[in-house]
Amino acid sequence: MSRVITYAEAICEATDQCLAADANVYLMGLGVPDPKGVFGTTLGLKERHGARVMDMPTSENAMTGVAIGAAIVGMRPILTHQRLDFALLSIEQLVNQAAKFHYMFGGEASVPLVVRMVIGRGWGQGPQHSQSLQAWFAHVPGLKVVMPATAYDAKGLLIAAVEDDNPVIYLEHRWLHGTKGEVPEEPYRVPIGEARRLREGEDITLVGISYMTIEAMRAAEVLAGHGISAEVIDLRSLRPFDAETVIASVRRTGRLLVADTGGVTGGFGGEIVSQIVERAFDRLICPPRRIGLPDIPTPTSPALARHYYPRAGDIVTAVMEMLDRGPVAMPPADGPLDVPDPGFTGPF
Amino acid sequence: MNPSGVTAVSAETALALYRTMRRIRRVEEAIVERYGEQRMRCPVHLCIGQEAVAAGVCQALEGDDQIVSGHRSHGHYLAKGGDLKAMMAEIYGKASGCSGGKGGSMHLIDRAAGFLGATPIVGGTIAMAVGVALAAKLRGETGIAVAFFGDAAVETGIFHESLNFAATHRLAVLLVCENNLYSVYSPLSVRQPEGRPIVALARGHGITADALDGNDAEAVHVAALDAVESLRAGDGPVFLEFATYRWREHCGPNLDNDIGYRAPEEFEAWLSRCPIATHRARLLNDHRVEEGVLGDLEEDIDKEVRDAFTFAEESAFPPAEEMSTEIYASESR
Ligand SMILES: Cc1ncc(C[n+]2csc(CCOP(=O)(O)OP(=O)(O)O)c2C)c(N)n1
Ligand SMILES: [Mg+2]
Repeated sequence: MSRVITYAEAICEATDQCLAADANVYLMGLGVPDPKGVFGTTLGLKERHGARVMDMPTSENAMTGVAIGAAIVGMRPILTHQRLDFALLSIEQLVNQAAKFHYMFGGEASVPLVVRMVIGRGWGQGPQHSQSLQAWFAHVPGLKVVMPATAYDAKGLLIAAVEDDNPVIYLEHRWLHGTKGEVPEEPYRVPIGEARRLREGEDITLVGISYMTIEAMRAAEVLAGHGISAEVIDLRSLRPFDAETVIASVRRTGRLLVADTGGVTGGFGGEIVSQIVERAFDRLICPPRRIGLPDIPTPTSPALARHYYPRAGDIVTAVMEMLDRGPVAMPPADGPLDVPDPGFTGPF
Repeated sequence: MNPSGVTAVSAETALALYRTMRRIRRVEEAIVERYGEQRMRCPVHLCIGQEAVAAGVCQALEGDDQIVSGHRSHGHYLAKGGDLKAMMAEIYGKASGCSGGKGGSMHLIDRAAGFLGATPIVGGTIAMAVGVALAAKLRGETGIAVAFFGDAAVETGIFHESLNFAATHRLAVLLVCENNLYSVYSPLSVRQPEGRPIVALARGHGITADALDGNDAEAVHVAALDAVESLRAGDGPVFLEFATYRWREHCGPNLDNDIGYRAPEEFEAWLSRCPIATHRARLLNDHRVEEGVLGDLEEDIDKEVRDAFTFAEESAFPPAEEMSTEIYASESR
């Protein structure tokens, strides 16, 4: 019987094993050694690995450059940001420098860097603590972008990212940290650039990105109760993006819905839909659909945020329309909608 | 200044400082008492223990002076005259909130009071205060701009770039750093070099700067008055670093001494230097204010705070349609 741990614990274990395996790995980020340990993802690491586990000043841009500098001489830094929004200060170093270093020097240098960023949601995180801007990073050649949705992938993708010779943006949704799954104790890799089929189905392909994979699985369960068989693919990597797996699935089901944690306009769902339209148009029974955030900054009031975030019910409704079926009643959401579970009482 | 050094300000000013601090404290204590009800569903960064900086500085400002702040902004907002009811309603996520419920505790604003906005990206609003001062210079206006920020903000690039520019153009901006020794749970020692005081950074940029006790409301106020005078005279930016201490957890209503990032003795020492208790004693002993006067004032504050919470609780939530308004300026003005 395999061991069950949380997504946060899986990240911590992967980091621990990377630090133990390679003296060139170091971990830096605001609050990394503090008693809360970045939502539990870095607890105990300072005690075990000493100087290679570091706090840092609130200097996101410079610390990214520092990490790039260490990386080009052979270290393998892991940088963490408690919100993606804070990492925006380092866009210059990531996009101009890290992403281009290998190419612009004709392969003379490489930047084996992992940058972890947390996507916030709920309890009034609001406009500056909740942005899901994965499409920005996925737009940049030279960067890799992964978004694990399960504890298993959280560990396997982090180890793969640390061992990768390129800058990897590792995006973790705040509502995933407490989720649990089977995670082997020994180190293992999940290849970057491979999607995973979580559920087999015949009628429609649901592609989930990060936390929305969980909502897609919930939707598939509800749809099954209405005699609709949905296939669920967890995208896991945005760049490189595993178009083949999605295309193969849509070739069988003839229908595609993408559920993304980010905004729909200019979002990554558009890229997935485009690839399908370009490469499997003949198999499409109906127009593909994208589920994601509206063109609105995140509102703080729970009264507004409840209308902002799509949930399983929105996926179900869209699928019923795509299959020309009448609307179905979703089981009412129990409890408040701005927390991942009743145990979450804020504030962060 | 009073040559005896006993009282630095008039009894009237001292009383006003007390009222401002006591009001901020009472508002935040009420947040502490009621946060557990889970009706204030947004992060809150309380300034309990740091009230003297907000009170002392804002008391030195005039109507056309304008300020910005960061994540820990309740005190600055209230001290500058921000509407209490609108702040509480904002924290409760209500339509009557100062940002219509769209912002919450981390995004307060009251334009009429000269509170231009607070946002929680560390360092982000410092440049905006410099921009407000630039606008005043270009338009020949008299008001000064003030930025409030913490000790971690001086670690950002935008801090240094802003000071460089403000000094170059001799802008009328007052930079107020509240050094409470921590950024979240990280002490200064893991973030900044030993032996280099924060105030030295401002001096390095050629800016007039001073470091003072941030728990002494009168000392803060006198320093702010001097700074404001110099700013109005066109002598360029001024930087003030105030030593102070946050009593509660970084974010949220609780005490957090149990988690082990700061020594109980350190906490106790700062607790015994409560800016409000110290000032209250001074009012009674040095300014000869009667206990009854303070009692009445405290009762008024308690009632005002109760009313503000009632207002917030009874206010309506914004309707769903509000979510998609005010994204672009043309629709809202
Ligand atoms: C650019 C950026 N990085 C990180 C954070 C996370 N963060 C929020 S408050 C805070 C601490 C700031 O400390 P300080 O400036 O000393 O203010 P204090 O909280 O002590 O009042 C940090 C790091 C942030 N909001 N913005
Ligand atoms: Mg601080």
